[in-house]
Amino acid sequence: MSATVAALLCPAALLCPAALLAIAALTVVANRGLGADRARWLVYGGAMLVCIAAFGVALVALISSARADGQAADMVLPLGLPGIGARFALDGLSAVFLAVVGLGGAAASLYGLGYGRHEHEPFRVLPFYPAFLAGMMLVPLAADAFTFLVSWEFMSLASWALVLAHHRVPENRRAATVYIVMAAGGTFALLFAFALLAGPAGGFAFAAMRAVPPDAVTAGVVLALALVGAGSKAGLVPLHVWLPLAHPAAPSHVSALMSGVMTKIAVYGFLRLVFDLAGPPAWWWGVPVLVAGGVTAAVGVLTALMQTDIKRLLACSTIENIGLIFAGLGLALAFAANGMAAAAALALTAALFHVVNHALFKSALFFGAGAVLTATGTRELDRLGGLIHRMPVTALAVLVACVAISALPPLNGFASEWLLFQAILLSPELPQWGLKLAVPAVGALLALSVALAAACFVRFYGIAFLGRPRSDEAATAREVDRFSLSAMLGLAGLCVLAGVLPGLVIDLLAPAAAGLVGAAMPPQGGLAWLSIVPIAESRSSYNGLLVLVFIAVSALGTAVVVHRLAGSAVRRAPAWDCGFPNADPATQYTASSFAQPIRRVFAGAIFMVRESVEMPPPGDLSPARFRLDLSDPIWERGYLGLAGLVGRMADFANRLQTLTIRQYLSLVFLSLVALLVVLAVWR
Amino acid sequence: MTGLGFDIAHLFAGGLVLVSLMLLYQDRLTAMIHVFAVQALVLTASVAWQAWVQDAPHLYVTAAIALVFKAIIIPVALSRMVARLGIQRGIETVVGVGPTMLAGIGLVALSMVVMLPVTATADPLAREDLAFALSVVLLGLLMMVTRRNAVSQVIGFMSLENGLILAAAGAKGMPLVVEISVAFSVLIAFIVIGIVIFRIRERFDTVDVGALDRFRGDRT
Repeated sequence: MSATVAALLCPAALLCPAALLAIAALTVVANRGLGADRARWLVYGGAMLVCIAAFGVALVALISSARADGQAADMVLPLGLPGIGARFALDGLSAVFLAVVGLGGAAASLYGLGYGRHEHEPFRVLPFYPAFLAGMMLVPLAADAFTFLVSWEFMSLASWALVLAHHRVPENRRAATVYIVMAAGGTFALLFAFALLAGPAGGFAFAAMRAVPPDAVTAGVVLALALVGAGSKAGLVPLHVWLPLAHPAAPSHVSALMSGVMTKIAVYGFLRLVFDLAGPPAWWWGVPVLVAGGVTAAVGVLTALMQTDIKRLLACSTIENIGLIFAGLGLALAFAANGMAAAAALALTAALFHVVNHALFKSALFFGAGAVLTATGTRELDRLGGLIHRMPVTALAVLVACVAISALPPLNGFASEWLLFQAILLSPELPQWGLKLAVPAVGALLALSVALAAACFVRFYGIAFLGRPRSDEAATAREVDRFSLSAMLGLAGLCVLAGVLPGLVIDLLAPAAAGLVGAAMPPQGGLAWLSIVPIAESRSSYNGLLVLVFIAVSALGTAVVVHRLAGSAVRRAPAWDCGFPNADPATQYTASSFAQPIRRVFAGAIFMVRESVEMPPPGDLSPARFRLDLSDPIWERGYLGLAGLVGRMADFANRLQTLTIRQYLSLVFLSLVALLVVLAVWR
Repeated sequence: MTGLGFDIAHLFAGGLVLVSLMLLYQDRLTAMIHVFAVQALVLTASVAWQAWVQDAPHLYVTAAIALVFKAIIIPVALSRMVARLGIQRGIETVVGVGPTMLAGIGLVALSMVVMLPVTATADPLAREDLAFALSVVLLGLLMMVTRRNAVSQVIGFMSLENGLILAAAGAKGMPLVVEISVAFSVLIAFIVIGIVIFRIRERFDTVDVGALDRFRGDRT
């Protein structure tokens, strides 16, 4: 049975992007004749069904390959370049990421059914949406460099079109430009990486690359190119600048896909290149990946803390999570290079688990942000507040996602980050002193980022949903439609499920880890009471169910005791008002005042914060003003500096366009003589 | 190859370089055209000697082309052109004679240094020839760069082409078709440049190419 199923899985998986492309084509052909309403049902309903099917296929692949391992043969289709064709394969790693795309896509499509109703120009979104999903599904399925790069670029372009959906806002146009430039640069890096791996013979199939591992220097260059290429898509610092611009610019369900799923496809690209194709790792490979991950996590979360736009905040927090994932990957590289397969499997599984988790809770958070945007029409944190009374169901779903992303037990964020820190605690067993010192330092950075992430989401939730409304829009907000709510609640439910039953997810991830580092974590499914034991029972174990039961019982107990002792009658009394009844909502904490302590301690140097208070002179009745200036040195020094350099070089080259005839002749003459001199000297 | 044959080939090729250097410091157009005719004569002698030594009859054709076109037709045509333009008097060099000659000597040395080690395995005659030919090419280019007058730039270009013919004659097995086509393409280039010179003159009343720069519209 399993042989026939395995042979059918890859074609079945390929049918999904094909169906999505068909939907996209149908939308383009039918266009306005279809009507916005029916088109929405076609696109989002169809995409949801296809995504569920893709998730199902991936799940079957993961379960079946967990039992009978063995590489499935590539499927060659006569597409693309004539004579070469397009190769596709579905192995453990592909299946994990296909599952992530399927899950995220299904949730986003369900959400889009309701959210898409508020779109002003729906046909700017509808045709690109299934195409974007198809691109993201094709990338993990591709089994040769050409197909991979075409799918990758297709995904980038489709998402670029979605970023431009609201193109009348100048900010969005700028975001799209920055995005397309960064995406093109990243793809170039990947192109070079694949060209190096293919070698002079041009074996562009992944199987051919695997058969001939590159030499040490080439492999090192491939690692650097993969860090740049995949890192720019994933949002590694300092290649992250496009991410906080582009992700919020798209419609919210697309933002969720870009943040929750597309960055994961970038992680897949890195895994495929470095773990699978670049041959056995050297010990130092882990160091740049670890350092990039740690720095990304810290910078990402600090940037998130400074934001006052909710979607930008979420996008910046994506950078932080990508940092965590890359730190896990770096750790896995370090362990794998030293032959510590079990430890490498633990680190890799932690990273993959976090990939899944981040897709779940970041999608839910972006859905929540979209709901807030629909209900209030604003993304400014300082114009929100008190939404928990107006939108209770959204508030509940977002609360669960916030708790999950803050890595609090018993939710899934805690489970994956706990695994990651278990792997970090194994680092003293590494033989190299460089790694022995680097890993704990990065671990400290990660611990700091995780704590700051919690602060960041307390701020997000507290300012947006608690307190009193800071604007009329927030005061009159209304709960959103059922589709959106069910998508959010569904994801929140999955967050709880993955947190309480982490063993199930870990076992599902085992084929991917086994394929990449040659070992998997010990199976967790058979352990008593659904606990997980990453290394050994004597060392550490975690039981999400137990924690959930403890929290539930103690919270219930406390509630009961409080109510018994204090009486159950609800009393409403005026809030503490400093002696001023009906105080203005502006007296509450604002988004930037909440962030002030952290800004002062950590962000002063990184963002060159300048705070100034202008006090009116005594007797003047004008209000005092507080000014806060933030700047991003990476953007201003790095990118604008680079752009300035390119501009100066272009100016210089422009002068070459308008020389006189004699100057051109002299130029030719001098370059000829210079080359001859080089020849004479060099020989 | 006999010692004498080699020496005579060497003499002619060296003579060509010498004439090229002479060309560099002429500051009258008529004198320059005369020197160019002398250069073409030396080239003819050199190619004819190569034909004799290599026993390659087709090189006689090349020598004949050089004699007819380069030593007679082009100098005569240039003289008439200069007469019609009325610019026999003097020419202004952009760089002084001293530095130009120093640069020319440097270029000859450079081509020796470059060519001799590169062609270590080749026939000694071809080696010397190639080195001299490169010097002549570079000197021609130097002339085009240092002169401002369009006519003297044409002469520089022609002398550059003489260097190419020298190289082609020295390298054994160069097909006749290639040599003839090079010779004719140079002739065509000469005609085109001649027409352009007259057009320039009609338009701007001068053949100083610096005058063209003032009329370009694309300058930023």
